[in-house]
Amino acid sequence: MQIALSRLRPEDKPVVISAGFIVVILILGTVYTLATQGTAPLFSPNYLLQQLQTGSFLGIVAAGMMMVILLGHIDLSIPWTLAAAAMMATAVGGDMALPTGIAVGVAVGLVNGFGVAYLRIPSMIFTLGVDSVMRGLMVWHTGGFAPQDQATPLMRTLAADKFLGIPLAIFVWAAVSVVIVVLLSRTAFGRSIYATGNREAAAYLSGIRTPWIIVGAFVASGVCAAIAGVLLAGYSTKAYQGMGNAYLLPAIAAVVIGGTRILGGQGRYVGTLVGVTLIVLLNSVLSIMQMPEAGRQVIYGCVIVGMLLVYGRGSRNFGG
Amino acid sequence: MPDHPFLQLTGISKHFSGTRALENVDFSCERGTIHAVLGENGAGKSTLIKTIAGVLKPDTGSMSIDGQAVEFSRPSEANAAGVVCIFQELSLVPDLTVADNICLAMPPRRFGMIDRRAQHNFAEAILARIKCEDVDPNGLVRDLSLSRRQMVEIAKALGKSPRLLILDEATSALTRKDVETVYDLLADLRQDNVACLFISHRMNEVERLCDTLSVFRNGRHVETFAKGTRTDRDIVRLMIGREVDAQFPPRPAERTRPPHLTIQNLSWQGRLKGATLSVGKGEIVGLGGLDGQGQKELMLALFGVLRGVEGTVDVGGQIGAPRSPAAAKRAPRRICLVPEDRKTEGLMLPMSIADNLLAASYSRVSVGPFIDPAQERKAVDAAIAKLQIKIGSPQDAVATLSGGNQQKVVIAKWLMTDPEVILLNDPTRGIDVGTKQEIYRLMRQLAEEGRAILFYSTDYAELIGCCDRVAIMYDGAIVADLAGSAITEEAIVGASLNIGASLKEAVS
Amino acid sequence: MTVARAFGTSLRQNRGFYGAVVLLCVLYLVYNLLHPRGFSSAVLIQNANESVAIVFLAMAQTIPVLLGGLDLSVGAVMTLAACIASVLVNGSPLQIIFGMVVTLAAGTAFGLCNGLIVVYGRLQPIIATLATGAIAMGLALFIRPKPGGDIDGDLNWALTNSLWDFVDTYALFDPDASWFAPFAWIPVPILIMLVFGVGVWLPFRRTIIGRTIYAIGSAEGAAYMSGLPINRAKIAAFTLAGFFASCGGLYLAIQTASGNADISQAGAYTLNSIAAVVLGGTSLLGGIGGAIGSMIGALILRVMSFYFRILSIDPLLQPLVEGVVLLAAVSLGAFRVLRIKNRLELFR
Repeated sequence: MQIALSRLRPEDKPVVISAGFIVVILILGTVYTLATQGTAPLFSPNYLLQQLQTGSFLGIVAAGMMMVILLGHIDLSIPWTLAAAAMMATAVGGDMALPTGIAVGVAVGLVNGFGVAYLRIPSMIFTLGVDSVMRGLMVWHTGGFAPQDQATPLMRTLAADKFLGIPLAIFVWAAVSVVIVVLLSRTAFGRSIYATGNREAAAYLSGIRTPWIIVGAFVASGVCAAIAGVLLAGYSTKAYQGMGNAYLLPAIAAVVIGGTRILGGQGRYVGTLVGVTLIVLLNSVLSIMQMPEAGRQVIYGCVIVGMLLVYGRGSRNFGG
Repeated sequence: MPDHPFLQLTGISKHFSGTRALENVDFSCERGTIHAVLGENGAGKSTLIKTIAGVLKPDTGSMSIDGQAVEFSRPSEANAAGVVCIFQELSLVPDLTVADNICLAMPPRRFGMIDRRAQHNFAEAILARIKCEDVDPNGLVRDLSLSRRQMVEIAKALGKSPRLLILDEATSALTRKDVETVYDLLADLRQDNVACLFISHRMNEVERLCDTLSVFRNGRHVETFAKGTRTDRDIVRLMIGREVDAQFPPRPAERTRPPHLTIQNLSWQGRLKGATLSVGKGEIVGLGGLDGQGQKELMLALFGVLRGVEGTVDVGGQIGAPRSPAAAKRAPRRICLVPEDRKTEGLMLPMSIADNLLAASYSRVSVGPFIDPAQERKAVDAAIAKLQIKIGSPQDAVATLSGGNQQKVVIAKWLMTDPEVILLNDPTRGIDVGTKQEIYRLMRQLAEEGRAILFYSTDYAELIGCCDRVAIMYDGAIVADLAGSAITEEAIVGASLNIGASLKEAVS
Repeated sequence: MTVARAFGTSLRQNRGFYGAVVLLCVLYLVYNLLHPRGFSSAVLIQNANESVAIVFLAMAQTIPVLLGGLDLSVGAVMTLAACIASVLVNGSPLQIIFGMVVTLAAGTAFGLCNGLIVVYGRLQPIIATLATGAIAMGLALFIRPKPGGDIDGDLNWALTNSLWDFVDTYALFDPDASWFAPFAWIPVPILIMLVFGVGVWLPFRRTIIGRTIYAIGSAEGAAYMSGLPINRAKIAAFTLAGFFASCGGLYLAIQTASGNADISQAGAYTLNSIAAVVLGGTSLLGGIGGAIGSMIGALILRVMSFYFRILSIDPLLQPLVEGVVLLAAVSLGAFRVLRIKNRLELFR
């Protein structure tokens, strides 16, 4: 086992370990359900699909977050970008609902990118400020109440309906994933993200327009958050205050568990997919076990720290 | 005199990922002497002093001080044994004050807390000793000029009352007045029975200060001898290990070439002061002079990195200076720059060789918006073959390559863009001799293909051996433009020190 | 003369800090002018009470930030401490003191764990504390699944009012004594901030460990070359962050007489602590700034929220104004970028 692990390419190691951990979660969960209820829902396709359907919102958010983390930045504006996109989409309604939601994501991404790439304000603080502004705008817009606008039929179809027995939300997640994979591996933009994330000065001196790359990644993150927001509004039939809060930290965790370096430059999308799946399944097993919130939080934290310690990478503690 | 040397190294070896930096080195050094360590770049000098100063741990071998065997696993242990090093890369903390820095590791304390007043007085006294009364102990190091920082670095080392003081190119950034101060200081220390290891590239400095000289080459200790027992020529031969002339490709006959890159009155931030120069197609123009006379800034200005550059730049007729590297590399300018520091500016070290090679030319391997894997592979293979980069697989991290092969990757990356103007900023620094020769040959070949090459080097021999013309910079301006047989060591050195008005006349 | 010059030097080196001080003074002065009962002890006491938790949290956040790291667990550790306190801080005086010590020790120990994980686990502080923050939150929920708790009433009264009430509650001496009159109006929370915040931070800053933290944030390589105790300093930084966070939590519990393991509140506190650190002139890149500045930054954030109460501004605008002020404050620092003439320096 040890030898097999050490033979893996360093980028693949987290993917394999977290995939292994997913299997462990499934087995432990099934042992539990067999012992207590005598059933094995974790291996029923319907149950899994349903879990993945709710997981697809997180998956889409994490896909965008990964682009930003690959640059060594972070996007803390996701919660209210997601909520704002959902609220604007439902408020506008009709055919323009989806484009409006996505436009919100693009706009927030542009602002974030401008602050980080051109003003060179640390993304940690700039996106935090943008999140606060978005929250302010939405609270102002809704008067602090739950918005009454209903999601459009299209939004509800995309989020809740099924095609060939598979929820459409999963298709959306798959489509986003394909776009991200192609972007990252098959376009100059994606390659430049890795280069910039590794060593911005070297990328700049290679003639890569690094500010554009940074803006582009933040726009991607904003758009992904917006798509997730629109879907989530469709899933719950309307937008609501704080609907994005539950997605920020799990998205970061999923990206990092998937082996993306928090300082940027390294990481594969398949890792993020596995990371999202791990978090989604961990959550569902814990809810099957009727684990109280307290236990969930502790387990959640321990899993992240434990997995990162197992990956055991990085000799430097503070970026360089 | 005791029967054992003060510092003694026995059989020290140190390897870095395949390359050997030190190979079975025996070395010793006495108190009350100034001992020069000479050698080419990459000869192992810095590894040697880092080993003595506890920054690196040797793979094998032993070390003793004053007859006691010692083993340092970190710099603080070496300091505790009286071994203090003034590093080339400054070891100052920019956001702390001068006094904080001078007393960084062992400040005076009262009740467990740092005694600011005592620290201030201590710093003031030491600064006075090296005649730096103008430095405010309460000022931040960040606000000091490079030469003042270097002096603070020396003050910091003195504050540790060393028994063995190591100076690694410590005078390179200093003003002439400060250099004199440091010379006097070293003489004082010799009187106080301190051992000094002195690393310098300036022969006149070594000549003037040192009692004993040791020459290193390719990680080996070649010879140690007393001052005056060898001629300069002998010493150079010991350093290089063979005659100088053979390593450069033959220079083609002199002919006039129409200028392709023309720079007029280039000025920037007081670092460039009206530099004027032209480079023709098919010509290799060397850029010489002492370190820090504006050579790097000139290259960065031509590559579009600097803001607020004044003066005119003309590439291939009527086209001005680029505003960014992205604009510089594209047609119609087609400029490329092999930067000074390949580890932080030239390469993304953890990324694969293939990714590094492609970083400047994604559009060349793309079909529409998408990168074509087949073209990509072909381009990478071609680049590797062209420069004969020795690798396992193009997917290996570039960090696993030796310095020479890393530099080849940087060059190959740019050759993929088919540049017309090639700016080389000290491309052979820290590279083994074999690769150096390959790079020289490549430069000549690129010139033959009609490219304009501007080549900055700190090594006179390279300038003499490689270049069709050599421009010498001094204080931000070009002070001499040597061509053909006028490129001699005397002419270069003279112009570098800007004392050669007569030399310049002789040239023209 | 030399004093004036030293002050001038300090002014130049700490522009952000002095700017924050001036901003706070102006904001608070105007606030009192506008307030119907401005410049009264009652207003000061109320404001001070509401500021203690965020002030301690901002100080806690400062120290990892000075290293060039970040501690995303401070809000959770504060919540954990508050929940522990809500269980333990009652009963006999000895039990109360024991409860307070346990609370502070628990938070400090949690900070120590953070430090150990960061140093010996070689994890990025951001991600390590993100995870340990979840653990702290979980522990807090175990202790207090529902908001509530029992805090000694006398303690609550004595610590959240003026010094007069403190002396009166515990009958230390005659609170109306004439010598005491000049101090009697001082709010106890301000003293707590001074004693446990400033009183711990200023001496710490002048130890070798404290200075090493600055050196690491400014130039880790240089700090190593100079033989400074890097690992110990990193561990100490997170430990002290845990201590300050638990101070905030303990006070929050005493002030509200309860503990509440609210995840989103903890998150909001953490994010506000980062904002306070930046407003107080500490660089997120490390090496520059200090906890006193963050204290000022936290107070600025708080005073801004007081304005909404006294002005008839729509409270719905509050998050918007807060966000805009934060963005404006950090963007001011961005003018530095325009002065940089060598673009390579942008990447350092």
